Amino acid sequence: MLILECPYCGVKGEETEFHGGGEAHLKRFGPGSSEEDFEGYLFHRENPKGVHLERWRHVNGCGKWFHVARDTATLEVFGSYSAQVTEPPQEIKDAISAKRPGWSWREFA
Amino acid sequence: MSETLSALKGARFAGIAVVTEAGLRGMITVRGDLADTDVKNAVTGVAGVDMPGQREINTVGERGIAWMSPDELLVMVPHGEAEQAVETMNAALTGAHALVVNVSDARAVFDVTGPHAREVLGKLMPVDFSAVGFGPGMIRRSRMAQVPAAVWMTGEDAFRVVCFRSVAQYVFDLLKAAAAEGSEVGLYA
Ligand SMILES: [Zn+2]
Repeated sequence: MLILECPYCGVKGEETEFHGGGEAHLKRFGPGSSEEDFEGYLFHRENPKGVHLERWRHVNGCGKWFHVARDTATLEVFGSYSAQVTEPPQEIKDAISAKRPGWSWREFA
Repeated sequence: MSETLSALKGARFAGIAVVTEAGLRGMITVRGDLADTDVKNAVTGVAGVDMPGQREINTVGERGIAWMSPDELLVMVPHGEAEQAVETMNAALTGAHALVVNVSDARAVFDVTGPHAREVLGKLMPVDFSAVGFGPGMIRRSRMAQVPAAVWMTGEDAFRVVCFRSVAQYVFDLLKAAAAEGSEVGLYA
């Protein structure tokens, strides 16, 4: 079972109170972008065994979207953070580094 | 004027806890900047209670304010006063970036009372209902089985549950099953 903490209302709840929203920090490529960029935006996703950054929504709670850093293999959660950022904040990166030294995910490490 | 009825007309069930549909309640959703003085004054003026903090609820009688999210409050007044309360708050919030909506008739409200009330709710919601985990003055939005629900305490061993009116019968049936005679678990004993 996955226990997540919503950074907006502070509730620590189990997974079924939330809804997964897929990969975090996607950059949108829309009209005018190259075929490759548009294809990547639509279809290409990370599928790591280990550190992963995701979007979640507190759907049966305050309703807010937020980000979670977790391990896909162990379900260990490194932390949750605001939806209003384009990369994980330093304290989240530090929390991951403390448990998974040398980690990297897309352009972040 | 037509007579307004609550979803289950006060249905009642007594098992290891007593489940009662609490009837019509005035409920108003207010969205806006909760740090804004105009918003605070508008809601506290109508409800007559202090502004709640994060995940808190303040009530006096049928009036109260519940913190629903960082930009949402639930203001409670007697059912017959809801429309007037909306007008009063809208007038106080003229020019402010805020939303005030009477949602009274979109809701169903239940009271769950008795020494096993914590346990009945604990069977249905992924929430710690131990006395340490949940107490008076707190509000918790979560799910009850398959539908969203919010719950707070109205007294010792007394809980109030709010859900959408469209699922009132479903929630009442859930509560009845969880409160069935002889179904004590003793988790919070
Ligand atoms: Zn939340």
